[in-house]
This record gives sequence, structure tokens and C-alpha cells, in this order.
Amino acid sequence: MKFIDEYQDSKLARGLARKIAQRSTKTIRLMEFCGGHTHAILRYGIRQLVPKTVEMKSGPGCPVCVTATADLDKAIALAHLPDVIITTFGDMIRVPGSYSSLQKAKAEGADVRIVYSTIDAVEIAKANPGKSVIFIGIGFETTAPTIAASILKAKQEKIENFYVLSLNKLTPPVMKALLDSGEVKLDGIVCPGHVSVIIGSHPYEFIPKDYGVACVISGFEPLDILLCIDKLVEQIEKGEPKVEIAYPRGVKPEGNRKARQLMEDVFEIGEANWRGIGIVPHSGLKIRRKYERFDADKAFSVSPKPPREPKGCRCGDVIRGAATPLECKLFRKACTPERPVGPCMVSSEGACAAYYQYGTAENLPDF
Amino acid sequence: MCLAVPVKIVSLDGDEAETEIAGVRRRVSIAFTPEAKVGDYVLLHTGYAITVIDEAEAEETLKLLEEIASLSEVH
Repeated sequence: MKFIDEYQDSKLARGLARKIAQRSTKTIRLMEFCGGHTHAILRYGIRQLVPKTVEMKSGPGCPVCVTATADLDKAIALAHLPDVIITTFGDMIRVPGSYSSLQKAKAEGADVRIVYSTIDAVEIAKANPGKSVIFIGIGFETTAPTIAASILKAKQEKIENFYVLSLNKLTPPVMKALLDSGEVKLDGIVCPGHVSVIIGSHPYEFIPKDYGVACVISGFEPLDILLCIDKLVEQIEKGEPKVEIAYPRGVKPEGNRKARQLMEDVFEIGEANWRGIGIVPHSGLKIRRKYERFDADKAFSVSPKPPREPKGCRCGDVIRGAATPLECKLFRKACTPERPVGPCMVSSEGACAAYYQYGTAENLPDF
Repeated sequence: MCLAVPVKIVSLDGDEAETEIAGVRRRVSIAFTPEAKVGDYVLLHTGYAITVIDEAEAEETLKLLEEIASLSEVH
């Protein structure tokens, strides 16, 4: 397929890997923010291709994984309300909350539907005027404009039974939170490609400036990621951290203004609760007052029991890059994709699921 | 979840477009990419085109990758 196959060429990948090895003298640590990158890195064996001097850590870029248990419990409680249809992206329904999951709620009779797009959720609302249709709005800046567009569409078409539970989160503020905590020392960040399609490259500029950490925006094919690593290594070797785009076919420095306008019209910035990290200021999107009739938080009142985290699950540590899935005692034993304990094993972007699916003999010695 | 795939626009209809990838067709919203034209490739994310792929930049990146591969072979 065009724009995919040509960025998977193994000969070019080996050439790029040689170049990185020639360049790299310092021992450095990079973090890929995005769960899509984590999967590509493990799937294509990129950790084995780069020299031993380059350590790769996975970060918090999996929207399902970073959804706080309390927020998940709220979604499950909403599902149990009468005459409510919950619509959500696929991975969410299997994530265990404190006491249940959306999937269990569905088995118990709740109407929970997986949608591919927010457009589908609005269509379900149109087709079911007697029901309240709530979309569980998770995701980062890539997805937030699509949720904004669904609210605008519902308003325009006077659909009065469509609501959004806004759990949307923002990328640069959580990067700042991780860097401020100092828990994991980083030399460079593989910045998320499709978040950056929307926000552009400018919002990362505080990272090299204030923290001296290199930032390169990457695409998702193996050659894109190797090119990004090469640029990060070059910046770090020279001691000149800055923000670069290694995915120029998708990302412009100014991002997508139109998408951002819609997002800014519907949402305002507030705090957000991240699994494993806690409340991060300015890292969440709340529905503005002028659209509050679409806000599930305002329209419905539920009071789930206090949240509790699954015993022994290290998802929170994995999300912060403070532990690898291999350091979790439950990994591949009590916690598998068939019977996941935490969201990092459920989501197709979670680090635990990636390690489970693509782990090689080298990083899974007892496999 | 931030997954996006390149699809080709085959026809336009207001703020929607018919797109194609590997023989599969799908209607998508082009509300974020009003500049998209028939024949363009867009990145499709959950039913929305989030950007028009810059073909010239795509070529440049490939050229750069080929250069790197040939240079690192010499050394």
C-alpha cells in the first residue's frame, strides 16, 4: 500500500541502523510516548536493530491505559442507568474497572456498543430518540477534534439525546509532568506522529529549551522510527537538543489549524486524572459551558463506589516508564490478553500487550 | 488509538469523501481537510481525514533514506 510499503524496506532499515551505530557513542535513554510506536518498535524488532548504547522506554501514550479507574467506574455506572446506550472505542469495553467492566455490564443487560467513529455514535443517537446515547470520549489530540465534531454535528442537527463523557487528555502537559517528576531520566523523546498532525511541532518547544531533552516527531513505519532515532542520536551527540519533524509527509510545524479550531470551540483546558500519574494540571479537555447540554458529567449523576486498583498490577509504573512489563509479577502469568488484569494488557496499544505479542527470545529469556 | 492509515480520495461530496485503500472503499469526513482533492491521499483516523499527505515530502524522505543506506554501506 502506498505510503506504507516503501517505509518498510529491510535494506534501507539495515543502512539506517548502521548509520545510527556509527553515530552513537554516548549511552542514552529515549522514550516513545505513543502506544502505536511501542507496538511498531516491538513488532519490527527495532530495539534489536539499534546499538546497545540506545535504550528505549515506553511512555504513557495509550489512551485506554491512562484512563483512571475512577473514570472507568463512572462509565460503567452510566451504562447501568435506564434507557442509556453507551458507545465507545473497542478497547475500552474489556478494561477491568474496580468492580466490573463495560463488557460485564453489557452481559448483565446494559446496552454497550463499540463504534469505529464518533460519527457512528451520533447516528446511533439519531436512530434511538427514546434513549440517551453517551459516547465515552477517550483519546489524545488526534481524537479530540473528532469528538468536538460529533458535538457540533449533534448541535447542528438538533439531536438532543447525544452526550459525551469527556476524558480526553493532552500530550505536552503530561510530558512536562513526567520530566518534572525526574523519576525516569530521558535524553530524547520520540514524539507522537498523529497527535502532532493536529498540534504541530511548536507545543514541544519547551522540552529542549527547559529540560535539554531532544524531541523528534516520528511516523509509524519502521523506517520512520529509525529515522527519528537517528535524528535524536545526532542531536544528543552534538549536545544540541531541539524539536525536529521526521514525519514531514504527515506533520507540518503549524499542525492542522481547522481541526484545532473545532477542538478549541468545544473544549476548554482543565485538569485530568491519569492512571499511574494522578491529577495533571492543564492536561484534560472539558466541554465548554455553551455546549454543556452534551456533557454527560452535567446531564447524569452517578456515584460509583470508591475506586480500587487491581492487586499487584504495575500498569501505573509501566505507563510512567518506571517499569517494563517484564518487571510485573503478573505478566504472562495471572495477566494475559485473554484474562487481562490491567489496561496495559487489554489495549492494542498497551505496552504489556505489545511485550506479550511481540516479545522475542532476547527480551523474554524464559520464553 | 491514534492509528491513522493513508487512503486515496476517489470522489468528493460536500464535507465527505469516498476513499479507497487496497480495494476497500469507505466514506469519510473531510471536515478537517477542506483542501483535499480527488486523487489526494489523506491520513484517515476514526472516520475523519486528519491531513492531506504531502507527496513531495514523502519522496524527499525516501530519497534521504536511500542516501543514508548507500553512504553507511561505504564506510
